[in-house]
Amino acid sequence: MATEASMVRSRPAPAEQFDDLEQQHQAATFGMWLFLITEVMLFGGMFTAYTWYRFLYPAGFAEGSRHMDLVLGGANTVVLIVSSLTMALAVHATQTGARRALGRLLGATILLGLVFLGIKAVEYWQHYQEQLVPGIRFSFDGPLSHQVELFFLFYFMMTGIHAVHLTIGVGIVSVLLVMARRGKFSPAAHDPIEVTGLYWHFVDVVWIFLLPLLYLFGLG
Amino acid sequence: MSAVAVAPRPTSYTTSQVSTWSWLLTEDHKRIAILYTITITLMFFVGGVAATLMRLELLTPEGDLVSSAAYNRLFTIHGVIMVWFFLIPSIPNTLGNFLVPMMIGARDLAFPKLNLASWYIYLFGAGFTLWAIVNGGVDTGWTFYTPYSTHSSTTHVVSTTLRIFILGFSSILTGLNVIVTIHTMRAPGMTWSRLPLFIWSTYATSLILVLATPVLAITLVLVATERILRVGIFDPALGGDPLLYQHLFWFYSHPAVYIMILPGMGVISELIAAFARKRVFGYGFVAASSIAIAVLGFLVWGHHMFTAGISVHAALIFSLLSYLVAVPSAIKVFNWTATLYGGSISFETPLLYALAFIGLFVIGGLTGLFLAALAVDVHVQDTYFVVAHFHYIMVGGMVTAYMGGLHYWWPKITGRMYPELWGKLAALTIFVGFNLTFFPQYIVGYLGMPRRYHIYPPEFQVLNVMSTAGASILAVGYLLPLVYLLWSLRWGKEAGPNPWGAPGLEWQTSSPLPAHNFEVTPIVRHGPYEYPDRRVIGDPSGRRQSVAEGTDGD
Repeated sequence: MATEASMVRSRPAPAEQFDDLEQQHQAATFGMWLFLITEVMLFGGMFTAYTWYRFLYPAGFAEGSRHMDLVLGGANTVVLIVSSLTMALAVHATQTGARRALGRLLGATILLGLVFLGIKAVEYWQHYQEQLVPGIRFSFDGPLSHQVELFFLFYFMMTGIHAVHLTIGVGIVSVLLVMARRGKFSPAAHDPIEVTGLYWHFVDVVWIFLLPLLYLFGLG
Repeated sequence: MSAVAVAPRPTSYTTSQVSTWSWLLTEDHKRIAILYTITITLMFFVGGVAATLMRLELLTPEGDLVSSAAYNRLFTIHGVIMVWFFLIPSIPNTLGNFLVPMMIGARDLAFPKLNLASWYIYLFGAGFTLWAIVNGGVDTGWTFYTPYSTHSSTTHVVSTTLRIFILGFSSILTGLNVIVTIHTMRAPGMTWSRLPLFIWSTYATSLILVLATPVLAITLVLVATERILRVGIFDPALGGDPLLYQHLFWFYSHPAVYIMILPGMGVISELIAAFARKRVFGYGFVAASSIAIAVLGFLVWGHHMFTAGISVHAALIFSLLSYLVAVPSAIKVFNWTATLYGGSISFETPLLYALAFIGLFVIGGLTGLFLAALAVDVHVQDTYFVVAHFHYIMVGGMVTAYMGGLHYWWPKITGRMYPELWGKLAALTIFVGFNLTFFPQYIVGYLGMPRRYHIYPPEFQVLNVMSTAGASILAVGYLLPLVYLLWSLRWGKEAGPNPWGAPGLEWQTSSPLPAHNFEVTPIVRHGPYEYPDRRVIGDPSGRRQSVAEGTDGD
């Protein structure tokens, strides 16, 4: 059974609509790049709104930024960058046919993604206790109240939508892990891993922009 | 006719599988196009009912049919449904879905599953929007301007915005699919300079879908968040900036206006070439002007905000850029008319629609220049002049092109001809009804009648009665094709593979198409408008036999 299945696997066929695997590979990677451009526009709309209000209310936004936990934010940055490394190595592993390494690297990527989400949850809990969650539990004394509220609103929307993307990423990588265990990938057919890698790196890059915008702004 | 049919005749996509599930779970771009056609037709008539009620209310100056609150809901429903559930998916998802793989010589779109998913997302959005309408509707206008939409309106704003947010993914998936397909799946020999102009305009449309829709998505999320959490993203009382909403909204919605016209322009290019039986004059310019419109479309959103309180300098620049859009649009119109010049024209239904398109689009486009001029815009902003302008583009332009394209490709889609006489009659009815509906609105708008009111001063009644009379004719015009096209499915004449004698790839197959489009991947050796045999010009039947040459590829 197992050998029979692996023989079928070693000669992968392209999907019906494609002429060959090369065309399928091009379509898959190009499609993901295009999707990432739509993601840039999605986050871009939010970044634009954030930038506009930061320009209008520098004092309130600096004040809001000072309530960020730099240690947790910094740790999360490291976690996410390392996860990008493991993801990149996973793509390399599938290209070279290192099946066992592939499984371990995908597992590590999932784990690091979950650690990030865990740390983020701790931060959200702290904001909740400090009563800095707009619309749900918010109180801030002084004239900057509305401005700080706007800052936190954007903070939660931007990091929240980022976390949703990361959660989806963890889900997809988990599916890939199961598929890898079943030997679905080979050096000739690994588009899903490569394409997911692009997505994962994109989600990391978004965080690299969020960190200075939200955490480091109040330091000056 | 049977002599030219490809033998043995391959099973057509409509009969290869017949169960309901084979349609609902299909990944065939042609079947998905038909699913889309059925659903957008339904939505078109829902939007049309709302328009009919509005026109009936405006028959008299008093508010005697509906209350002002009901009227607000009517124009919101009409706008939301016609823009997002009809116009935006109209040509890209029906004719586009059907034709893009055919025209470039591919077996399907690059991502058939995403294509099907896009239809289900549409269905989900459409279903819940209808639910919201039945349960009280929305009264913000299709633009959801803040702070009214976020703090004052008591209607289904959150559910409607979230549905449009979801619907956005349907647009994004379609745009992405089309771009990837055109880039990676062209048949051998199908170079960029041999692409049919319909492909160029669909490509330009898809660029807008992919780049603009995500911004709308996030904007609507911000509106819904503000409404749910009762915080002040756009509410000036809480430090928000309502103008920012307008900027973000029109950053999507102005390019979206070009989503609602570019595919129509692509259809018209095909129709003009087919019925003048001539190569399109200035192919390169027509192709490039589609891309130019898509790019310029992203730079002119501020012209919706001239009276909203943006700076004079910004307004000047937006005004100038808006004028620039006229250049590629005019290039198209001039090239279409130049294509007709010296052509061997036959006046069949699709050409009637194409000619109507050119006339109506010119009127709509030129009045757009009035609106781009700052001083004139201050006078006519938010009057019926604006309503008439965009209906000339969207209905006179896009819907006319959609109807023309539907008739032109009907034999390819169904294998049957529509009845020509009824086709011409309907085209004429639509043209007359449309002009009678909307031309008086230019005048009444210029005289100062504001849009979005259910009552008006009695001196405007004559023009409004004309408009309502025109709308009744227009309604008949749109119902006629519904009847005779359905009739033709069963009783229409068999069309044969190429009733128009057109050289495009999609005509070199049997009608209706085989399930996999091309039995052998075609090798393309010439452009899409090479009419090799000009002797068939005078075919007295008005229908042409397929030119046998080139039907079998190699």
